[in-house]
Amino acid sequence: MMLLTIDIGLVIEKLILIVVVISASLVIAMYTTFAERKVAAILQDRRGPNRAGPFGLLQPLADGLKLFFKEEIIPNFSSKFLFILGPALAMMTAMMTSAVIPWGNKIELFGRNINLQIADINIGILYVFGVVSLGVYGIMIGSWASNNKFSLLGGLRAASQIISYELAMGISMIALLMVTGTLSLKEMVVQQQAGHWNVIYQPLGFLIFLICAFAECNRTPFDLPEAENELIGGYHTEYSSMKLGFFLFAEYINMFISSVIMATLFFGGYDMPFVNESLLSPNIAALVGIAALMAKAICFIFLFMWVRWTIPRFRYDQLMHLGWRILIPLALFNMLVTGGVILYFK
Amino acid sequence: MNITTLVFILLSVMAVGSAAMMIASKSPVHSVLWLIVVFFAISGHYILLNAQFLAIVNIIVYAGAIMVLFLFVVMLMNLNAETEPIKNYRLQLIGIISGGTLLLIILSAIMKIDVEQLVEMKTGNEGLIKSLGLNLFKNYVLPFEISSVLFLSAMIGAVVIGKKDEAVENKK
Repeated sequence: MMLLTIDIGLVIEKLILIVVVISASLVIAMYTTFAERKVAAILQDRRGPNRAGPFGLLQPLADGLKLFFKEEIIPNFSSKFLFILGPALAMMTAMMTSAVIPWGNKIELFGRNINLQIADINIGILYVFGVVSLGVYGIMIGSWASNNKFSLLGGLRAASQIISYELAMGISMIALLMVTGTLSLKEMVVQQQAGHWNVIYQPLGFLIFLICAFAECNRTPFDLPEAENELIGGYHTEYSSMKLGFFLFAEYINMFISSVIMATLFFGGYDMPFVNESLLSPNIAALVGIAALMAKAICFIFLFMWVRWTIPRFRYDQLMHLGWRILIPLALFNMLVTGGVILYFK
Repeated sequence: MNITTLVFILLSVMAVGSAAMMIASKSPVHSVLWLIVVFFAISGHYILLNAQFLAIVNIIVYAGAIMVLFLFVVMLMNLNAETEPIKNYRLQLIGIISGGTLLLIILSAIMKIDVEQLVEMKTGNEGLIKSLGLNLFKNYVLPFEISSVLFLSAMIGAVVIGKKDEAVENKK
């Protein structure tokens, strides 16, 4: 048998890395829900949750427990398997992107050089885009399996929003690829560590990417998929208990992951500004890098929340107008200018 | 029997099995979902052949875009087995004959394949993005441009068809 020709150490190392990354993003997403309520409270001059634990720090656990203990209702005439598959897919596609993110440089443990990236594939950014484009399925399958017209309409509303903003996002990414000349996220970070951050070369591209990230995560002003005050709740109308929790929680994971992706693509990833990492010992440099990446991600998460509690929601036709008539031409223009400049300086 | 061959067999079983389920399942929505599983299995085959770009583009374009539109249409039409018209006997016979001949052609082609070359993990760089780009823009630039013009005209055609009703309504 030649089945066992692979390096067992590598498999264990990657498994541990996957477990750490997934559990870290779950915990961060959990505390993002808490932070969101606190930020909302500060912006609205209130106190926010402060009863569960010191400073209300146990609030996310209490919320989770509440969702688990709620009655679980599965509609009678729906396909039960697909009804469960919907939220599961939403959660899975939210987590899958973390596989190609470089969380830091190498660390040395037990005489092994451990690369802090689950998979350094040479099509990294296309992988991100592929997973984003699969994010629609959780919503569509869940809404169809609910066997409810309003859920289905809500699902179509959400899906068409996500598809529309994917296009502008992809085109703004193409302009970035023309600048960096690589598809691997790791190489992009290495380039930015040596030179300048990509946001200097691609300010317009970053702005388009940021707006599209807001729309892809269903955040205000693009939170039409769950506009419960003026439209009906949306694709998760029939969901209750933790399955509803999965849909809502996936949004927070998406927010965290897209913050990390934006930091990696445009703001140097794990590069700490004004610090020469090569002078530090590798393990300390890796820790500094992780801290820098997390700090950048937290800034973006705060931006997400700040916008949510400041700007009102778009109307649906305004949303489509912005996506198709403004962002896509702007992204194409950005791509053209980038190409022209690169050609001129070559 | 190494691990890549095992993965190849697993993916093949997955692809053929879900393709069979796609034809066999009664609800059109289930058929579309099985077809998506087939695309994933085929992407796995591309990765085994070291064609990573092809694999991911297959997922972005087919699973991520085209099948979403399929799902849109199928969900909105609300098709089900009861309202589906039963095709007549002659049409079914013609379908069996044409499908069977296609199967024969594919089988005869498959018979000639050298079984040793099923998996080419980490060998050759034909499928990688760099060699693909160089090939497309150096050796095959004319066919590439012609096909992009074809795509553009199809897009314009789609917009014109979509706009038609609006123009007629405005005249009234």
